[in-house]
Amino acid sequence: MDDRSLSQRLHMDIPLLAGLLILSGLGLVVLYSAAGQENSLMYRQVIRLALAFLLMFIVAQLPPAQLARWSLFLYLIGVLLLVLVLFLGDYGKGAQRWLDLGVFRFQPSELMKLTVPMVLAWYFSEWSLPPAFSRLIVACALIFVPVILIGKQPDLGTAFLVAAAGFSIFFIAGISWKIIIRFVALATLSTPVLWYFMHEYQKQRVLTFLNPEQDPLGAGYHIIQSKIAIGSGGMYGKGWLNGTQSHLEFLPERSTDFIFSVFCEEFGYMGVLILVCIYMFIIVRGLYIAMNSQHTYGRLLGSAIILTFFVYIFVNIGMVTGQLPVVGVPLPLISHGGTSMVTLMIGFGILMAIQSHRRLLSG
Amino acid sequence: MIKSQEIIIYSGRRWLLIITFMAVTVLLLWRVIDLQVLRNDFLRNHGDARSLRVVQVPAHRGAIVDRNNEPLAISTPVESVWAEPHKVLTEKNNIAKLAAAIGMDERFLLQLLQDRIGREFVYLKRHITPDQARIVESLSIAGIHLQREYKRYYPAGEVTSHIIGFTNIDDVGQEGLELAYDHWLRGEPGKKRVLKDRLGHIVKDVENIHSASPGQQLILSIDRRVQYLAYRELKSAVAYHQARGGSLVMLDSVTGEIMAMVGQPSYNPNNRSGFKSDYYRNRAVTDVFEPGSTLKPFTIAAALLSGLYTPASKIETSPGYFKVSNHTIRDVRNYGNINVSDTIKKSSNVAASKIALSLGPRKLWDLYSRVGFGESTSSGFPGESAGIFNNYNNWSEVELATISFGHGISVTMLQLARAYSVIAAGGLLKPISFQRVNEPVTGKRVLAAELVQQVKDMLETVVQPGGTGQRAAVKGYRVAGKTGTAHKAIRGGYAEDRYMSLFAGMAPASDPRLVMVVVIDEPQRGQHYGGQVAAPVFAKVMEGALRILDIPPDDLPSLDGQVLMVENTRQGLQGIGQ
Repeated sequence: MDDRSLSQRLHMDIPLLAGLLILSGLGLVVLYSAAGQENSLMYRQVIRLALAFLLMFIVAQLPPAQLARWSLFLYLIGVLLLVLVLFLGDYGKGAQRWLDLGVFRFQPSELMKLTVPMVLAWYFSEWSLPPAFSRLIVACALIFVPVILIGKQPDLGTAFLVAAAGFSIFFIAGISWKIIIRFVALATLSTPVLWYFMHEYQKQRVLTFLNPEQDPLGAGYHIIQSKIAIGSGGMYGKGWLNGTQSHLEFLPERSTDFIFSVFCEEFGYMGVLILVCIYMFIIVRGLYIAMNSQHTYGRLLGSAIILTFFVYIFVNIGMVTGQLPVVGVPLPLISHGGTSMVTLMIGFGILMAIQSHRRLLSG
Repeated sequence: MIKSQEIIIYSGRRWLLIITFMAVTVLLLWRVIDLQVLRNDFLRNHGDARSLRVVQVPAHRGAIVDRNNEPLAISTPVESVWAEPHKVLTEKNNIAKLAAAIGMDERFLLQLLQDRIGREFVYLKRHITPDQARIVESLSIAGIHLQREYKRYYPAGEVTSHIIGFTNIDDVGQEGLELAYDHWLRGEPGKKRVLKDRLGHIVKDVENIHSASPGQQLILSIDRRVQYLAYRELKSAVAYHQARGGSLVMLDSVTGEIMAMVGQPSYNPNNRSGFKSDYYRNRAVTDVFEPGSTLKPFTIAAALLSGLYTPASKIETSPGYFKVSNHTIRDVRNYGNINVSDTIKKSSNVAASKIALSLGPRKLWDLYSRVGFGESTSSGFPGESAGIFNNYNNWSEVELATISFGHGISVTMLQLARAYSVIAAGGLLKPISFQRVNEPVTGKRVLAAELVQQVKDMLETVVQPGGTGQRAAVKGYRVAGKTGTAHKAIRGGYAEDRYMSLFAGMAPASDPRLVMVVVIDEPQRGQHYGGQVAAPVFAKVMEGALRILDIPPDDLPSLDGQVLMVENTRQGLQGIGQ
C-alpha cells in the first residue's frame, strides 16, 4: 500500500515547482516585450522551457544515492568535453565555447556548473566533515582543472560561476574560518596576477565597469543605456510593451543578458520587488530542502545548487545595474537562452529528488 | 555510499548563508531604488533625450486662384530624401539599392556621402515621386530619412507665369505675386514632439506642440479664360511679326481690377530649366517704354481743360512738319488745317506739338500727372516701375513738343492702361488691383465727366473709317482707342528702324467696361504701325473677352427685332409676376 502523496510519487516538490512555474511564466511575459513581440523567438523559448521542465522531472526521479555514485563519472566526461572544445569547438561571438553535436550545439562548460559541485559533494561526503586539509587540496584541483579550461575558451563568467559553485561546497562543508580567511587573502593577492593573464577584452570590461562614462559610445554604452532604462522605469514603470529604451533598440542584448533592464523600465520598482520576492521564495525553499536533507551529499549539493542560482541572480542584476563588470550571465529563467536554463532546471530536479526521496524517519 | 548517520548541522553556517543572501538582496534592491526612484528624474530625462525629438511640420502654402476660383498655383505634398552620412556609411551594402531607388549614380552618391561625413543633415534628392518615396521607405536604411515637403504646381504654366511668378525649392516666393504675397500665402510651420528609435525613424507622435497653420488662399482679379485668350493672341502676333516680344494688359475700368496680363517671351514655371532669367520679368509692370501717340488723348484733354480749345478748334499742320528749336517734328503726311478731334483721328504730331507749345509745360505736366504718369500704380507687384517723367521745370521747348505725342516720357503698360481707364471711368482714377475686388470702387475724380466724354468721342473716331485704328473695331461693340507707333529710344537718340507698335483702347465705348493696352516690341515683318500690328490683337482679345464676360453689345443697329423680343419677354415675365 502506497500511502505517499501524489507529489511524493511524482517526486515533485510542490512549492518549488509553483515558484519555478510562476517565474517562467513571468519570464515569457517579459521576453515577449523585450524581443519585440517576435513570435518565432517566443516559440523557441517555450520549447526550451518545456524541455527543461521535462529534464527536471526526469532527474527528480533518480534517487540521490544514484547521483552520488555517478558524480565522478559525469565530472570526468565533462572535463573530457571541455578538452574537446578546446580542440574542436565552434567559435561563437569571439569565443570557443560550443561543441557542435550535429543536431544542436552544446556548451560543455554549462554542464560543469553541476558536475563540479556534484563531484565535490560526493568527495566530501565520503569522509567525515569537516574535511581534512589534504582533501581540500584535492578538492581545489577538482575545481581548478575545469575552471582553467573554461577560462581559456575564454568564458570568464562561466568560469567564475563554476568556481563559485565549487567553493560554496567548501563553505557548507564547514571548513574552518582560518582556512577561509587565508584563502580569501590569497585570492585578493593573486588578483594582479589574474589581471596579467586576462584577455584584452576582459580587462576592458573591468575598466569599463569601473568607469562606464569614460567611453559612453563604445565599451560603456551597454551599462549607460541599461542604467537609463532601469532609471526611467521609476516607481511603477512605463507599462508592458511601453519601454522606450528597449523597444527603440537603444538597449543592447535586451532579450538575453540585459532583460532585467527591460523589466525595470516597463514594470518599475514595484515589479522588481515582486520579481525579487519570487526569487527569494525559490531560494528559501531550496535552502530549506538542502538543509533538511538526510545525508551530507544532498545537503552539500543542494546548497551549492541554490547558491549558484543566487549567484546568477546577483551577478546579473549587479551587472545590469552597473555594480559588477559585464560578464555574460543570464537572469535565471527570464533571459532568452538555452543551456543555462537546462542546467538550472536539472539542478532544481536534483533538489526535488533530494526532497522527495526522503525516507520517513521512524519515531 | 551516503552516510546519513554522519549528518552535522552547522546551524551557524546556515544562518550566515541566509543573512548573506538577505544582505546582498537588500544591496541590489537599494541599487535599483537608487536608479529608479532617487535618480529617476535624471535618468528619465536621459531616456527621453535619447528618443524624444521636436520636428517641424511643414505648412501647406495657400493656393492662388483666379476670380472664378480656378486654380493658378497649388501645392501638393511630396517627399525629399535626406541622410545622416555617418550612419549611412556604417552599412554600405544598402547604398546601391538606395541609389537605384532615387535614380542616382551609386558612385556619385557614395562620394557625396563621404565628402559630407561630418554633417548631420544632407539632402540627397528633393521632391521625389511617390513611387520612389515608397521604395526608400521600404528599404528602411539607417540614417536615411524622408521629409514631407510641398511642391508648387502652376496649372496655367506659361500663360500666368509672369503674374504669378514662382517659389524656390524651399517653398518661398521668388518672383511675381508668389513673392509679393509670400507672407499671406505662406503658412506657419507646426512643431510636434515625436518618439524616434535608434535609427532615427519616427515611431510615434507624442504631442503636438502647435499645429501647422496653412497659408491663406489668394484670389486674383485675373480671369483665366481671358488670360488664355490674351496669351494665345499675343503669342501668335509676336510670332507672326517676328517681334522681340510683347505685352498685353486688360483692366476692368469699373473696379480697377487687372483682368489679364500677359507677356512674351514667357517661361514655364513648372520647369524653369533652359529659360533665361530675363524671361521671368513681368514686362508690363517692370519695364518702361515711350508710349508714342497713345499719349495724344491726354494732350488733347489738357487742351480742353485749359479752355483754350474746343473739339472744333482748328490747327494748321501744313506742310506736315515744323521746326522747334533745331528739331523737326513730322507727320506721316500733310493733313492740312484740321480740328482738335482730327488730331486724334489722324494722329498728327504737328497739331499735338503746336497745342502743347501753346499750353505751356505746366498745364501738360499737370494733366499727365492727374492720370497717374510718373507715379507707381501701387499694385504691389514686385519691381514695379514708376516710369520716367521729369518735372516740367526742366523741360526744353523740344521736350514739351515731343512729350505731347509720347516721346521724352517713359511709362509702364500698367500706367498707360490706368490712364486710359480714367477716360473709360468718366474721369475717375481707381486703384489698380491684382486681387479680386468685391466692393464697389469709388475712385478719385481727376477730370470732369463732360471733358472725358469729349475725349472718348474723339477716340471712337480712331476706329471708324478714316481713323488710324480701324482694325481694332469689334463687331457689335463701339470701341474707343488710340494707335501708337514709337521709335525705340536707344543710346543718344532714336532708332530709325526699330519700333514699338501700340494700341490702347476700351469697349463698349458707350459705357466702357474693359480697357486694354497691347504692345508689340520690334515687329520685323515690314509692318510696324500700331494700327497694323497691335490693333488686330486688340480686336481679337477684346471681342473674346466681351463675350466671355457677358458684356452686352452697344452697337447692334440691325437687331431691332431682337431688342423687341427682349422687351416682349420682359413684359411676359411681368405678366406672370402679376
